[in-house]
Amino acid sequence: MDNVITTNKLTKYYGKKCVVNNLDLKVPKGSVYGFLGRNGAGKSTTIKMLMGMIQHDSGSAEIFGEDISNLSPATRANIAYMDENHPLYNWMTVNDALKFTRPFYERWNQELFDQIIDHFELPRKQKLKKLSNGQRAQVSLALGVAPDPELLILDDPTLGLDTVVRRDFLESLIQIIHRQGRTILFSSHVLGDVERVSDRIGILVNGVLRVDCPTDHFKESVCKVVVEFDAAPPGIPDCHSLVNYRTVGRTLELVLVGYDDEQRAPVEALQPLDIEVVQLNLEDAFIEYTRGPKRSLPIFAGEERHEESPHHQGVA
Amino acid sequence: MEFRIETTSKLPIYRQLRNQFREAVARGKLKPEQRLPSVRALSRTLVVNPNTIARVYTELEREGLLHTRPGLGVFVASLKSEFTKKVRKDKFRELLDEFLTDAVHLGLSASEVSDEVSSKAKQFQWQTEK
Repeated sequence: MDNVITTNKLTKYYGKKCVVNNLDLKVPKGSVYGFLGRNGAGKSTTIKMLMGMIQHDSGSAEIFGEDISNLSPATRANIAYMDENHPLYNWMTVNDALKFTRPFYERWNQELFDQIIDHFELPRKQKLKKLSNGQRAQVSLALGVAPDPELLILDDPTLGLDTVVRRDFLESLIQIIHRQGRTILFSSHVLGDVERVSDRIGILVNGVLRVDCPTDHFKESVCKVVVEFDAAPPGIPDCHSLVNYRTVGRTLELVLVGYDDEQRAPVEALQPLDIEVVQLNLEDAFIEYTRGPKRSLPIFAGEERHEESPHHQGVA
Repeated sequence: MEFRIETTSKLPIYRQLRNQFREAVARGKLKPEQRLPSVRALSRTLVVNPNTIARVYTELEREGLLHTRPGLGVFVASLKSEFTKKVRKDKFRELLDEFLTDAVHLGLSASEVSDEVSSKAKQFQWQTEK
């Protein structure tokens, strides 16, 4: 499989703190990759390193097969990048921003730009500083996709947008996905959006990539097992896929990655009254997975393999 | 037919759609040979990655619930079962055991259950006996 983005042990320190730790990220061509993690997990730093806005300390990364420290202008023109704050020259009008940005690119799809501006009914003669956050995000998107880039890197593009504008934004994103061969890497905290548009997700926990698998696979593997006892739980079962646990009175709640016979045996050995397996939605699965006290078990999966049981789908 | 997506659901999106499709066929809301929206069209209306829709269609086609006619589109297949009558009945009896167990634990009486079943059954599209 062709990867548009490949990083190899990419690492960044801020002072003594390692914010991105030996990152091996692979974004396959034509995929929509949801890049997740809590605040400060290292998502934006990773994206800024890819864009050459922050110098990495060690490791390497390639985009379209070129080293990121030496991207050719043609390759740069093939990448759209949206910063989470949508930095634009605020004294410009929408039309000014268009006139300013357009000459930087050899390829410019004016029709697509007009479509987005018209679809969102953006006032072309309005100064950008007078626009709402949502409208500024839409201008950024229009400016970003008009050069018809093959790779879009979107850093939390829907941050601060209301529900309706966010849905509009997703709709434009879906249209971009429909244009064959476009690859999108986007970070977000809105798990529902991520589930709608991503083929794969990657989860960074404290600068380390702990999950890299198809979106459905993650949702299907992480489950909560509620174990009931007639007295205080006698102990914590030694399941190798245990991510998190908590004790509530006589019940023990375990968060596991994949619950199969191998995981069930140590739970049953505690001789509980009842064992209930609860599947989680994406948001709950993400929360349970990323808020440890215990170090989370990594989930990696290559190709989609539906036939096997979730546990064996490449859970490392 | 209207598909719905719940991102708060525990089921992955492709499973939600697959289940809704099966139910729509069983209830006769989708008729055999009815044309379905294209992958792109459905992806746009539902605001979902087209690969997810393609996966739903592929799985349903593999299950024999729909078929693709190249150049024409995707159509609902006529209901048919590859299983013999005996296998089908055996499978159904297994499901029935589970269902009746639940009904007993819910404290329903046998006649309440059979009344409910016959009134619900009217909402579904049944196949004629072969």
